[in-house]
Amino acid sequence: MNAPVPPPASTPRVPTDKAPTRPAKLLDDFTPSLILPGEHELCPGCGEPAAMRAAVEMLDELGLAGRSIAVFGIGCYLAFSASMDIEVLQALHGRAPSLATGLKRVHPNSIVFTVQGDGDMVNEGLQEVLHTAARGENVTCMLLNNGVFGETGGQMTSTSVLGQRTKTTLEGRDSTKHGYPILISNLIAQLEGAAYVARGATNSVGNVWQTRKMLKRAFELQSKGAGFTFVEVLTMCPTGWFIDTAEAPDYLTDQLAATHKLGVVKDLFASAAEAAPVEG
Amino acid sequence: MARKLMEGSEAIAAGMIAAGCRFFSGYPMTPFTEVLEYMGKMLPGVGGTCMNAESELEAIGMAWGAAAGGVRSATGSVGQGLSLMQESMSELVYARLPVVVLNMARSQGDYFQSTRGGGHGDYRHIVLAPADVPEASRLIQLAFHLADKWRNPVTFLGDYYLAHMQETVDVAPIDFGELPDKSWALDGRSSATGHAKIISPVKPNRRNNPVFVTYGEHLMGLPAHLDAMKAGIEPMAETGFCDDAELVVVAYGTPARYVRLVVRKLREEGLKVGFVRPITLWPFPREAIQAASRQAKALAVFELNTGQMVDDVALSVRHLPVHFIGGMSFDRSAFGIAPDMTVNNVAARVRDCYAQMEKEVA
Repeated sequence: MNAPVPPPASTPRVPTDKAPTRPAKLLDDFTPSLILPGEHELCPGCGEPAAMRAAVEMLDELGLAGRSIAVFGIGCYLAFSASMDIEVLQALHGRAPSLATGLKRVHPNSIVFTVQGDGDMVNEGLQEVLHTAARGENVTCMLLNNGVFGETGGQMTSTSVLGQRTKTTLEGRDSTKHGYPILISNLIAQLEGAAYVARGATNSVGNVWQTRKMLKRAFELQSKGAGFTFVEVLTMCPTGWFIDTAEAPDYLTDQLAATHKLGVVKDLFASAAEAAPVEG
Repeated sequence: MARKLMEGSEAIAAGMIAAGCRFFSGYPMTPFTEVLEYMGKMLPGVGGTCMNAESELEAIGMAWGAAAGGVRSATGSVGQGLSLMQESMSELVYARLPVVVLNMARSQGDYFQSTRGGGHGDYRHIVLAPADVPEASRLIQLAFHLADKWRNPVTFLGDYYLAHMQETVDVAPIDFGELPDKSWALDGRSSATGHAKIISPVKPNRRNNPVFVTYGEHLMGLPAHLDAMKAGIEPMAETGFCDDAELVVVAYGTPARYVRLVVRKLREEGLKVGFVRPITLWPFPREAIQAASRQAKALAVFELNTGQMVDDVALSVRHLPVHFIGGMSFDRSAFGIAPDMTVNNVAARVRDCYAQMEKEVA
């Protein structure tokens, strides 16, 4: 057998004369510390995981993770109840704000936040979230708003925008037949008990970054006893929007966010951000 | 606490405080309103919270949240309000949460709602039905004990008379014995430990659990819980004059006090009548009714509805006829005052039933 022919000296070659400076990366290295690694049950292109990740990372960053409890509504995001290293209380559809109220009242030092979808919160549980906000309950409600019932396969919700095609608005949402979408953040901002209301999105790096800041602000205010805080996050649902996965981020900008406009809607303590609020 | 003349609503509230209840939520509706008002007055003084909830749905949701936090919590309404709470009443069983639910019923139309339930799926509440104020103040304490012991909701079934009657009562904490700790309760402190706790009526587990329980498997665990609870709770009943009774009258709640008095009077007339008053409506005291019916030729059921408890009595003594001698009775308020519930009227119905029984036997 002939000896192997060495490659020509001009062929590029990675130097192997030194040991690697970092160990090989494992799955855990890419997984946020408060999310248990493994598959989730959500569709490709879903915008909810980024929102959940933002929430738990902000709790971690604020040093609040070790006293946090999530109260889940019913929707696709329920998949996360098994995969977060945060205590979970599972509520019925729409009822998370009441459970959060009872839990927070008996453990006032905990950080309690709800995880709800638009069907859960704005359809089924509208009065729960409004009353909890009006009471100035010291909890955070987080809305994952994709304008559609995702888990049941794409029907109209109270936040579906005009013209949006769903399985129950086949020709598009028509205000004369289906009424108008509820802009829940704007509604809640009118209530005196609401200290902070913001609407973010997960369809771009920039928007995820803004959403993280909103969640951080909300949790920080709750930890200081500021009252009711609310973060709405627009999330992609290519399955329920009946579009290609890659089109979903732009669809969110052009359709959902044109009606549900991004930004901080209310921050009672914004002007005195340093001194704000009340108790430690 | 010393003996004191108290309205039923106040004694129930005092019993809840004595039992360590520190969270109460409710939506006003007569005759439940008075309990809510007393709790609103008394709970802050012991460091508890009383919420005037915005609806019955929110009331039971708040109690659910507080119970998940490991605090003894209660809510309630009248039957109409409890109809609104039914979804939570059944799911609380699946979530294995100890909430005490008061039904200060308008009359007795809620026997089916309490013992069968109006919610979805296979579930049971333990049901306690006091007949007077001192008993109410004791049973409400037992309700919290049983709820914690079995991690299951308990329904406390009162009525309009019980809510408003004044009787002398000494409300002192009762020790019902040891209970398992509430290591399952949430307070946030297991978060970020790698093993955060979860309380869920659907999928109560984490991805890193050694055994992952599906929704279906979780539901399939329910029959064993219900069977154990039914077998482990000793049914309670009061009986009187049953040793040689040929007609046994069964009644629960305030109407049972009329029946008790009537049976005593009819004994003086020489009628061989006795009575059984079920105190636990679930589990139903079948054996007490069987024991009371050894010499019986028939049973009669007096209740202020169209005969809802008749089924349970008939299932207890299948070889004997069971006659219904009650009936719906409302004054114009429909709040639960029963014009038909007088000693003479109840006595007449028992007497008629007795005469018919003798005729049938002869």
